[in-house]
Amino acid sequence: MKTVIELRDVKRDFLVGEETVHALKGVSFEIHEGEFVTIMGKSGSGKSTLLNQLGCLDTPTSGDYLLDGISVRSMSRSQRAVLRNRKIGFIFQNYNLLPKTTSVENVELPLMYNSAVSARERRERAIEALKAVGLGDRLMHKSNQMSGGQMQRVAIARALVNNPAVILADEATGNLDTRTSFEILVLFQKLHAEGRTIIFVTHNPEIASYSSRNISLRDGRVISDTHNDNILSAAEALAALPPAEED
Amino acid sequence: MNWTNLLKIALRAIAANKTRSSLTALGIIIGIASVITMLAIGQGSKQSIQSNIAEMGSNMIMISPGSDGRPGVRMDPSAMETLKLNDYEAIKEECHFVSAVSPTCTKSGQFIYGNENTPSTMYGVSIDYLEIRQLSVTEGEMFTENDINTNAKVCVLGQTVVDNLFPAGGSPIGKVVRLGSIPFRVVGILKKKGYNSMGMDQDDLVLAPYTTVMKRLLAQTYLGGIQCSAITEGVTEQATEEITTILRRNHKLREATDTFAGDDNDFNIRSQEELASMMNSTTSMLTILLGCVAGISLIVGGIGIMNIMYVSVTERTREIGLRMSVGARGIDILNQFLIEAILLSVSGGIMGVLLGVGAAYAVNALAHWPIAIENWTIVMSFAVCTLTGVFFGWYPAKKASRLDPIEAIRYE
Repeated sequence: MKTVIELRDVKRDFLVGEETVHALKGVSFEIHEGEFVTIMGKSGSGKSTLLNQLGCLDTPTSGDYLLDGISVRSMSRSQRAVLRNRKIGFIFQNYNLLPKTTSVENVELPLMYNSAVSARERRERAIEALKAVGLGDRLMHKSNQMSGGQMQRVAIARALVNNPAVILADEATGNLDTRTSFEILVLFQKLHAEGRTIIFVTHNPEIASYSSRNISLRDGRVISDTHNDNILSAAEALAALPPAEED
Repeated sequence: MNWTNLLKIALRAIAANKTRSSLTALGIIIGIASVITMLAIGQGSKQSIQSNIAEMGSNMIMISPGSDGRPGVRMDPSAMETLKLNDYEAIKEECHFVSAVSPTCTKSGQFIYGNENTPSTMYGVSIDYLEIRQLSVTEGEMFTENDINTNAKVCVLGQTVVDNLFPAGGSPIGKVVRLGSIPFRVVGILKKKGYNSMGMDQDDLVLAPYTTVMKRLLAQTYLGGIQCSAITEGVTEQATEEITTILRRNHKLREATDTFAGDDNDFNIRSQEELASMMNSTTSMLTILLGCVAGISLIVGGIGIMNIMYVSVTERTREIGLRMSVGARGIDILNQFLIEAILLSVSGGIMGVLLGVGAAYAVNALAHWPIAIENWTIVMSFAVCTLTGVFFGWYPAKKASRLDPIEAIRYE
């Protein structure tokens, strides 16, 4: 299977005052196309730093990072921005939608920074992505008229719209209640089933059992990297939840 | 990244937050409007004070005949015959620093209409005399160039003369008053001017063409004097020098040489130096005052704009982080905010100019304060406020575009 992400002994040091903090102390792994990987770790484990590396928001101090076969380490800020635009879909804990802006316009955003996509194609792809996350009937709703679950769906649609090599989710269910969390997980499993590559950073161990692989970090090192042969179905878990009043 | 997309992004961002956008524009509108209004009132006051002083005749130059070179006897100036009509014509044609010139010759006497009579003075003058003395005709008209050429027996009455000759009221226009045995048809009435600072009644006069007075009343070929206005107070001195040169040449007075002291002037020339220097010092004081007003209101307006632009960009740090994480480069962010700042500043600027000009006219209409709007105040306030707006929209965006996207996105 095609390798999407390849980390070779990635180290990242920060200078805090006089002291050097080693946030990542040599991390190596590969992620292949179609995997659903959870990255777990307590705060201070280097999780966020790793996410920044994977998302091309930062570059390693040493080691090498290949995204879809492209070495990121020597890239300038602008080059990395273009790379993010074409290869990565971000999903954040607090959705980060543009306020007072319709779902379609929010989803169009990454394509606005890609001049190869025409205005018409942009609109079509945004609508398609929104339909894929089940929001085909809420195209013109503004971000402040939607629930948390709906906003996160819009954010997922935004992450899908550029057809990325990898979807990076940072605590994507962290702000949602149990029921909505499972609904979002169902959506992630659906995307996984469609063959998308997903990396889900979380501190919630429960989520690992719904993914195909789990990488655990501690003190800047990988302490375990296990494949999950018994993937639980989020849809079943959702059905088993006590019924809640619909909002 | 193409500009159409950038423009679209900027327009969407403006439209998405109408409150913030309109408040930002409002900051610029108020900034520019206040500067324009303040300056309009300031300029208006300055001009009104200047014209009040000018009305006293600060740029007036008076030429009277002087010694005609007979040694040993000092004679009454009115008996001198040194100023002639060709002197008047030479000044009129050759002098660059003079805006108006009029010969004067006077005849005092008893004016008679019906059974009323009053003592007054008839001034033989040219039409320019109105401008020199800051007089104006309220009823009827000033006599014409044609009247001057034909020695017409027409006159324009001062208000005091009108009150004395026509106590019963009724328009004196077209009536005939007599000075001595010569009848004059009244063609106009001068606007009331009141008493001057010396306590002289400035309305006790009658104006008539100088040709008529010289030929029909006085039967003389010389002038009682010549009065001129310099173009502005500032050039009064140059005008005086120019007139002196012209008159000395006309009168064939010899210039000083090594062995000869030169002929004395056979005329006297006086200007209102005290008034002119008062005018100049008042003008420069008002200019300084106005500069302060302009400076302070520009600073206040500028700081307001600065604050609102700075705050509105800073509160969008998270949005900037998001845009960068989905692939906007630093330059895209910068360009977007620059376009937004330009759109808001320029549209706010235009509205500010309109509001400022409107407010100035409103002040003029409601409070009757004098106003004057000069082009440079509009250009300056528009330029300063718009540039401030653009700069302080650009500068925080520049800082934000250098942030780490993740840092920006977590910014609280």
